[in-house]
Amino acid sequence: MSKTQSFILSGFGGQGLLFAGKVIAYAGLHDGREVSWLPSYGPEMRGGTANCTVVLSDEPIGSPMVGRPDLLMALNLPSFDRFERLVVPGGVAVVDSSLVERRSERTDIAVYYIPATKLANERGLHGGANMIALGKLLRETGFVSMETLLEGLKKSMPARKEHLYPYNVQAIELGYHYGE
Amino acid sequence: MSEKLLMKGNEAVAEAAIRAGCRHFFGYPITPQTELSAYMAKRMPKIGGTFLQAESEVAAINMVLGAGAAGARVMTSSSSPGISLKSEGLSYIVGSEVPCVVMNVQRGGPGLGGIQPAQSDYFQATRGPGHGDMHLIVLAPASVQEMVDLCYDAFDLADLYRNPVMILADGMLGQMMEPVEFENQPHRELPEKSWATNGHQNRRPHNVINSLYLKAPELEAHVRDIFKKYETIREKESRCEAYLADDAEILLVAYGAAARLCKNAVKMARERGVRAGLLRPITLWPFPERQLFSHTEHTKAFLTVEMSMGQMVEDVKLASQFRVPTYFYGRTGGVIPTPEEILEQILKIAGGAR
Amino acid sequence: MAVVFERPHALLDVDTHYCPGCTHGVIHRLVAEVIDELECEGRTVAVVPVGCAVMAYDYFACDAIEAPHGRAPAVATGVKRALPDRVVFTYQGDGDLAAIGTAETVHVGTRGENITVIFVNNAIYGMTGGQMAPTTLPGQVTQTSPYGRDVKTQGNPIRICEMMATLSGTAYAARVSVDSPKAIGEAKRAIKKAFQYQLEGRGLSIVEVLSSCPTNWGMSPTEALEWVRTEMQGYYPLGVYKDVGGEENV
Repeated sequence: MSKTQSFILSGFGGQGLLFAGKVIAYAGLHDGREVSWLPSYGPEMRGGTANCTVVLSDEPIGSPMVGRPDLLMALNLPSFDRFERLVVPGGVAVVDSSLVERRSERTDIAVYYIPATKLANERGLHGGANMIALGKLLRETGFVSMETLLEGLKKSMPARKEHLYPYNVQAIELGYHYGE
Repeated sequence: MSEKLLMKGNEAVAEAAIRAGCRHFFGYPITPQTELSAYMAKRMPKIGGTFLQAESEVAAINMVLGAGAAGARVMTSSSSPGISLKSEGLSYIVGSEVPCVVMNVQRGGPGLGGIQPAQSDYFQATRGPGHGDMHLIVLAPASVQEMVDLCYDAFDLADLYRNPVMILADGMLGQMMEPVEFENQPHRELPEKSWATNGHQNRRPHNVINSLYLKAPELEAHVRDIFKKYETIREKESRCEAYLADDAEILLVAYGAAARLCKNAVKMARERGVRAGLLRPITLWPFPERQLFSHTEHTKAFLTVEMSMGQMVEDVKLASQFRVPTYFYGRTGGVIPTPEEILEQILKIAGGAR
Repeated sequence: MAVVFERPHALLDVDTHYCPGCTHGVIHRLVAEVIDELECEGRTVAVVPVGCAVMAYDYFACDAIEAPHGRAPAVATGVKRALPDRVVFTYQGDGDLAAIGTAETVHVGTRGENITVIFVNNAIYGMTGGQMAPTTLPGQVTQTSPYGRDVKTQGNPIRICEMMATLSGTAYAARVSVDSPKAIGEAKRAIKKAFQYQLEGRGLSIVEVLSSCPTNWGMSPTEALEWVRTEMQGYYPLGVYKDVGGEENV
């Protein structure tokens, strides 16, 4: 595994991208790595594009900004349009194909398509597209172990939402095993 | 060791303030410091403290003056335009020698500007921000953990020197989450607040908190007393971090968020065989003049990097006494320079210097 | 021998800087007498303004803070929130309270901040030499309304008590005068009630005291008191504008 992994997670506000980023960051922390999480912020609370960047590293993190991500999660078309070209060669993107119809033309990155929103709605995991896509990202990159990711999930959930933990686990596993 | 938590800078600094004994917070909403107020609003009522959303920044800083005068540990926070509004009150607080802590989560300006991270309030923080002969003690964290550590010390410094302390952060540090722990809170020996206007209880003459001195010689003496404190602060409290600086031919000087970007650029430059280093002022006032000057011995050039049009660069030139050429690179208005851009500047200077 | 008259303990034994005929001294005394009678000097904090009363911190024997112009209610809020069992009052003039500090004044009312505001209204800026105040009467000549205050271009005088009475957090709002011994007696009763309400934790109490400024009005002290009676009281009727504990508009 390389010393540093950088993520951009992007989609509509309300799709839970910031939360997904927090899960990744806590997972990295669980593994004893340096981590940073930085949201875009502004007058885009709901519906606009929202994204965050996460860095996991074995050494102190200089910039928490990510210009060229190793890993991209794009849950809508504007996000995919904006960040696809920035993924470093050899990088990985996971795209919600229920909201993004086009396919990448890049040949130097691996792009995985998963109908995350559709799957979430079909399985009664409303709002779980973020975790489904995260499961897929984990499967294709193994940036941490499943066990670590679930630790990260646990740490990311406030006590009052603890009862939703099993649904999130279900969503992650759904994404992880999608297409098997 | 305690468990590390992931927290936003804004929230971490609020928690640190509470752990430092701050029980009174007066603020006014502004992006990008909002989480700090929200955190205080949630916590203060549960621990018998005060969270008050004031009618204005102006009122908030004066509530700080009142609570500080009463002897309480007190804090307010804002972002750039709001700090402008607090400037009047800060001048009075300095003149009245009342301790308090003020957080500025900087955004781009002038005017309403933007809401993205910037460092364009350096002059405001270090030269003012209010009228009169005055300084704030200005601390510049570069990580969420350092926001916590400096927040602890900010309250001690304020009490020790009876002067406002500003924590000068920016939208990036305020908004980002990093692992943080709250142990290791240092404690300084602090004097009793015998000057506080908390009611004389018929046991002492009345205390007066005041910044008015109508007789010129008296005002001069008062200001000189304040500046005696400043002399001590300059001697004892200036701090910086040196990163690969000892053998650096090109020494970057940057604080806060910009310093993080510079670290990346320094590493990249070293990989290309250019001996770059970084000097990161942690106290902006007092500026680490001696530390910076000591590097004029071996450094061929300074490169100051800021998220502004160039403000700290003036202190770099002054502290280096113009012994070494000082270059500047900045992005402003909320645009954040990339390490690659900074590297390009380093390489340009290195090419020219060789 | 029985003492029939002496300096209140809450007033320090110093000469004040007030002009001859100015009624600030009377108002100081009334506040100090009330502090004495309520035996609260040791736990009282005064917040004084920028204006003629700027140096009141040298006159009151309790602890005192000199606030920035207009900000006394905010400073008092800070003290009161930090030390809720202390008695906190502001002493402010009309420019301080009703112009530059209007927002602070209104919001201690909206919050029902448990402090007492002593508002000295003399319809002029005294300390700076007689400029138009927010409470300057229509037609009144001042340095900055040399042709008389023209309400079309210079606005109308503001009636603070009436405004403060509309705010939910105001427990007591009264306008009094100190132009005669009888009026002074009534003024003291109002000030005492205001402090008592604070001691009872009822919320904001404000007493507006119509005061004279012979120097800047260009009058003799007696003429000035007459002007308070005839002109000022016409625009600013005396009375209790709000009293959560009792009668309205006596």
